[in-house]
Amino acid sequence: MRELAATGDTAVERPLGALAEGDLYVRKADSLVFIGKAAGGSVALLDPLSGEKSGDAAKSEITKIKVNNTLRRAIRDALGTLTLGAKDPAARIAAADTMFRTPDATNIEPLDAAIASETVASVKALLEQARAASVLVSDRPETDKLAAVALIGGRGDRNALSLLTAVEANSEGAVKDAATAAIASINSTLALWDAGQNIWYGVSLGSVLLLAAIGLAITFGVMGVINMAHGEMVMLGAYTTFVVQEVIRNSFPDLFDWSLVIALPLAFSVAALVGLVIERGVIRFLYGRPLETLLATWGVSLILQQAVRTIFGPTNQEVGNPSWMSGSFGIGQLAVTWNRLWILVFALGVFAVLLYVMKRTPWGLQMRAVTANRRMAASMGIRTPWVDALTFALGSGIAGIAGVALSQIDNVSPNLGRGYIIDSFMVVVFGGVGNLWGTLVGAFSLGIVNKFLEPYAGAVLGKIVVLVLIILFIQKRPRGLFALKGRSVEA
Amino acid sequence: MRGSFSTITKMFSAGAVTAGLLMSVPARAADDTIKVGILHSLSGTMAISETTLKDAMLMLIDEQNAKGGLLGKKLEAVVVDPASNWPLFAEKARELISKDKVAAVFGCWTSVSRKSVLPVFSELDNILFYPVQYEGEESERNVFYTGAAPNQQAIPAVDYLMSEDGGSVKRWVLEGTDYVYPRTTNKILEAYLKAKGVAAEDIMVNYTPFGFSDWQTEVAAIKKFGSAGKKTAVVSTVNGDANVPFYKELGNQGIMAEDIPVMAFSVGEEELAGLDTAPLVGHLAAWNYFQSIDTPENAKFIADWHKFIKSDKRTTNDPMEAHYVGFNMWVKAVEKAGTTDPDKVIDAVIGVSVPNLTGGYSTMMPNHHITKPVLIGEIQADGQFETVSQTPGLVMGDEWSDYLADSKDLISDWRAPLSCGNFNVATGKCGGKGTN
Repeated sequence: MRELAATGDTAVERPLGALAEGDLYVRKADSLVFIGKAAGGSVALLDPLSGEKSGDAAKSEITKIKVNNTLRRAIRDALGTLTLGAKDPAARIAAADTMFRTPDATNIEPLDAAIASETVASVKALLEQARAASVLVSDRPETDKLAAVALIGGRGDRNALSLLTAVEANSEGAVKDAATAAIASINSTLALWDAGQNIWYGVSLGSVLLLAAIGLAITFGVMGVINMAHGEMVMLGAYTTFVVQEVIRNSFPDLFDWSLVIALPLAFSVAALVGLVIERGVIRFLYGRPLETLLATWGVSLILQQAVRTIFGPTNQEVGNPSWMSGSFGIGQLAVTWNRLWILVFALGVFAVLLYVMKRTPWGLQMRAVTANRRMAASMGIRTPWVDALTFALGSGIAGIAGVALSQIDNVSPNLGRGYIIDSFMVVVFGGVGNLWGTLVGAFSLGIVNKFLEPYAGAVLGKIVVLVLIILFIQKRPRGLFALKGRSVEA
Repeated sequence: MRGSFSTITKMFSAGAVTAGLLMSVPARAADDTIKVGILHSLSGTMAISETTLKDAMLMLIDEQNAKGGLLGKKLEAVVVDPASNWPLFAEKARELISKDKVAAVFGCWTSVSRKSVLPVFSELDNILFYPVQYEGEESERNVFYTGAAPNQQAIPAVDYLMSEDGGSVKRWVLEGTDYVYPRTTNKILEAYLKAKGVAAEDIMVNYTPFGFSDWQTEVAAIKKFGSAGKKTAVVSTVNGDANVPFYKELGNQGIMAEDIPVMAFSVGEEELAGLDTAPLVGHLAAWNYFQSIDTPENAKFIADWHKFIKSDKRTTNDPMEAHYVGFNMWVKAVEKAGTTDPDKVIDAVIGVSVPNLTGGYSTMMPNHHITKPVLIGEIQADGQFETVSQTPGLVMGDEWSDYLADSKDLISDWRAPLSCGNFNVATGKCGGKGTN
């Protein structure tokens, strides 16, 4: 294959690419090689060199040529050299990147030629780094190598670190010293980025906690209902997303990128409706009896789980990421994944809307009035049973839209809610029952503390430490971070 | 609390025995059926994996009945739901054996559930067929292990990664869920890697809780560990639901299989069903069966399964094949012994050979483990695995690992005259203890 690539013929690109993708087949009848594209039950065969169509074949008539990771890597390296002269700058960047990671002394000449003809400055810099990497493994003089180490050291990322570590181990004298120095400087920059990374991961975990807990901040925080079925509302939201995506996949495939936007109002309605039914059917008979409420909602949660298991089956359901939520981008040495970023934005958006509803609308005023003093509010003509029902529905609906977001990072199974219920209560109690701001601050501080502990203590111990810290904190301040002052609290 | 609870259990089982005596006359009418117990969680966290096995067992029992049953009697499945609750497994096992009088039990998934039922099976002398790959370090008279022991999965998988085809891996991340199977498997793997000359600083071991969903830090750590200039691979014993977010995070942070492949021991076709596998092509799994295996037996099994479950989207997986093999072994042993009496069947089943779904025969060995081929598969874009490597012959399950100091002298042979599951060849005594 290296020989094939060394011919430099662009005709080789197509079959090699197909081989890497696992699309290259051999026809059993005459042992000819084709590129196959599965279309329905049969496979359309394309000529591997020209790419023209040359007939169809049933799956049983052809054998797939198997590839493994070693082969795939070899193909990627070979294609890297070939696509160096591609018109598309993105393809050239990819080529430079591959060549940087797999340096080879024979790459220097083609890279020299490419650098000379390169017009885009950013691509040129990458090509020069790739050349430097290749110089380090060649037998060029020491001065060239020192310049190369300096150039790569300036890049300062993990790939550079990996390359320089290998150089440090395999060279001597001035080059080795230069590599050691460059590694030290990269490591110190990366340590800073690591701290930044922990903060970002913490904020991102915090946003997930906030989303999961914010509905509970209403049902438990404002109304005081110990709602063990809260996690199941999240799960219902996630399953609504799944159903929406199924319908879109089967009927309107073009709309797939919009699936989450379409799912949001539906998930809110489904969860809010179920919440309303639970409140009217069970919880309203149990106000003021926290233990019974706990047991009743626990039962409701089991019923909902088993219902979903019966309807959709016990296995995970596939919820896809729309294209704008896939992949990641880099800020310096920090890889930020799009789905985490959108979830953060979304969580803050939901928080802002909820805060507005609670503080600025008549309905929010009534809600707060009922919480503060039920009898007084009733005397003022507020229909407290309906306010209760709608508040509970609002909290459940918010949990439902949290489910839409969580379906993007967790698996959609009947157990989805179980994983979040404990964390949600933790956040609400820590932040201060009845205070939305407390929930916000609680979620983010728990997230960041957790993520700073994790690299040192491990995920298991980290979680235990956080729990212990919360227990100690609650001992000191039983009402959480932001205690609510008012009649209901004293009562 | 515990005391009063066990007294209640005792009274309950005593009551069950009396009830059994009282009912012995009308029970004669039911003597033309042989009862088979199915002990798999149908609710709770493990339902996702175990419900499928319950359905597979029902299908196998149906098929055996269509063939005319066993010893001229019909088989009758008794299904109970231990609800992913480990102590409940023991209670339900007791109920199956004492109350329902089953001839054998097929069940359990997690090692902790198996450990919880062991005393019940030895006390009441019944048979358990356990279908899931596990950590070894155990061989019980009443249990038949039809899943893989570590040397039938973990060790060949690591060998593959070390080979040129697998990428000549020099640096290892052992990532697992925090419970007995990953901890013991990783202990064995660490000892094995060190015996192969891997330095301690080239091995990173990390554990996460059950159902873990925020993998950012772990995946970033893997990326960091992998940028030391040596070829790195991840060996994952991450279990159950936690796999989906793990793979999603790997895909999102751009870790390609060509650079850092992940070799999983608990990810099968079922787990991949909840995932878009396009970014995961090339990541690996080691099993003894894949749905994609191209043999007539497997084609028939898949067709039967789709017909039974009334959906051609449902996948088959390795533990299902283990039940297929185990059930057929039990049937053959009962025919050989001419009775369902557990004592006779336990002796008869050793040496029984039945066809497996990968085109060969699996045999029950005297250590109660079976022979299996080991397959390494690559994840494909359609959610299936493609075999990239296969052991040349069948591998015999080794219950006591040769790489752990505590268990390397132990052997198991349940045939007379030895009849011992933990015989220490160094001291010549029965009763050795492994690492558990």
